[in-house]
Amino acid sequence: MAVYLLRRLLQSALVMLAMSVIVFIGVYAIGDPVEILISPDADQMERERAIKALGLDLPLWQQYLSFLANALRGDLGRSFVFNEPALQLILQRMPATLELAFGAMFIALLIGLPLGLYAGLKPHSAGAKVVMAGSILGFSLPTFWVGLMLIMVFAVQLGWLPSTGRGPTVEVLGLRWSFLTWDGLRHLAMPALNLALFKISLVIRLTRAGVRETMLMDYVKFARAKGLSPARVTYVHVFKNILIPVVTVVGLELGSTIAFSVVTESVFAWPGMGKLIIDSINVLDRPVIVAYLMIIVLMFITINLLVDLAYSALDPRVRLENK
Amino acid sequence: MSASTASPAATTPARAPKVETPWRRFVSEFCESKLALAGLIVFAIIVFIAIFAPWLSPQNPYDLAQLDIMDGRLEPGARDGADTMTYWLGTDDQGRDMLSGIMYGLRISLLVGAGSAIIACAVGASLGLLAAYAGGRTDTVIMRLVDLQLSFPTILAALMILAFLGKGIFNVVIALVIVEWAYYARTVRGTALVERRREYIEAAQCLALPTRRVIFRHLLPNCLPPLIVVATMQIARAIALEATLSFLGLGVPITEPSLGLLISNGYEYMLSGKYWISFYPGIALLITIVSINLVGDQMRDVLNPRLKK
Repeated sequence: MAVYLLRRLLQSALVMLAMSVIVFIGVYAIGDPVEILISPDADQMERERAIKALGLDLPLWQQYLSFLANALRGDLGRSFVFNEPALQLILQRMPATLELAFGAMFIALLIGLPLGLYAGLKPHSAGAKVVMAGSILGFSLPTFWVGLMLIMVFAVQLGWLPSTGRGPTVEVLGLRWSFLTWDGLRHLAMPALNLALFKISLVIRLTRAGVRETMLMDYVKFARAKGLSPARVTYVHVFKNILIPVVTVVGLELGSTIAFSVVTESVFAWPGMGKLIIDSINVLDRPVIVAYLMIIVLMFITINLLVDLAYSALDPRVRLENK
Repeated sequence: MSASTASPAATTPARAPKVETPWRRFVSEFCESKLALAGLIVFAIIVFIAIFAPWLSPQNPYDLAQLDIMDGRLEPGARDGADTMTYWLGTDDQGRDMLSGIMYGLRISLLVGAGSAIIACAVGASLGLLAAYAGGRTDTVIMRLVDLQLSFPTILAALMILAFLGKGIFNVVIALVIVEWAYYARTVRGTALVERRREYIEAAQCLALPTRRVIFRHLLPNCLPPLIVVATMQIARAIALEATLSFLGLGVPITEPSLGLLISNGYEYMLSGKYWISFYPGIALLITIVSINLVGDQMRDVLNPRLKK
């Protein structure tokens, strides 16, 4: 296990390094770094001074090394728009995004697991067909458009829920959360459901496929032949075995939920890091873009590492294969 | 399960005394699902509308001379100022007929979606075949790249690429190809690994055929079924992703709006109750994606050997 852990850590560090090269090349080499890093309002003198100060007259590999050294110290540049360190700007908005993402994952499991189990156990029933048709719809519906429709129905027409924003927040552990107040929850409900839509379908399909394949297994037939009650076969023999892939995928999906919150946050004007990055791309606030990309890459690598480790702990075959 | 798959095989020869080819079996099994058949028909109609939009649409939405700003934000069913035509789906803020806008938008959306899916399929399938056939270090390098690509969500990778390259149809296609190729590569490699151990590949190798011929004429055709399923699903995903990127303001330019951009244009009017500017393009997008997914879903069930029991 220790060897496996070490190998995976090393791999993760390598991927992080590779991504830093890609981001660096993307921002510094493909785009014009002078245009990217120096405010467009600057005059000729200021530009030349800034080019020297930023080291843009140095060879590319030297620039990369200083970029890397700064990044390791947590310095990813200052935002042109907010005139604050980019890293700090993003970290401030992270709780809002995490809150939204976890809310969405919770809704996805809450709705997806029971429906998927039902559709898998009774695949030919009318109810299962409705569930599956619904899940195709969930995959097909473009998130942003559903968000707009939710706003139209629940905020504009019915007036039940607030259309945009995060509402009042409560400070816990030095961070601001909105799910602890009733009004905050009302603000969270629509965006979280919107973000969950795709994941609900995913959980339904995974669970259904898992149930259908597991039901054909010999150990399930044996459990039935042994005379165990259908409930025990379903919940102990079938459900436990499909839970591993479902949990893995849901864990992996946390990262993609955070990434896709970019869309939901834009629709609902949710003040998270996703909305920040879209605004930053639109006004070409590149230090924030770089910082966002580096943070999200780090986040992904961490999530992937944790899921892999959890998986190898759950299923010893994974560990053995990697030896 | 066994009864339902056995029946078409038993009835088809009786009805038509033709030889049962894999293609015929595929068609008859595909048609078992009325829903999937409906999806296929709807999709064919959509493609028809997109191709012939200039002849079918009541107005050329790109021709500014035909637009009248006085007709802006008219409700569905309203007549235009000169009383010559009806805006069945209303107009947008520039007085553009929504129906025409949607027809032209479909063209852009389908072009970008299908175009990127085809390019990604060619790139991904070639690399997947290469990985499976060559094995060893080539395989490791390609599959590590695939793992890397797949471990990042599509929207994020696309966002990153467009942040570097800037807006534009061509850049969107590049971004979509880069985020999609890995799905094809992984699918093809998986099948090809099994197929390349079969006797016919060995036979082809014994005949000393050139490697390129073995890969593309012998190996590739036998890896097609899963590839077709993935390609169908990926077209729908590409269309949805393009719409999302355009909605976020990072996709196609405003001069040639895709469905996503049309929806985005209506966003600000949504809160004042002018729903149709966003609503109808969204419906068009939805119908397109659902019909493709219905077709793809049925194809996966038909082509999946694991479900044939």
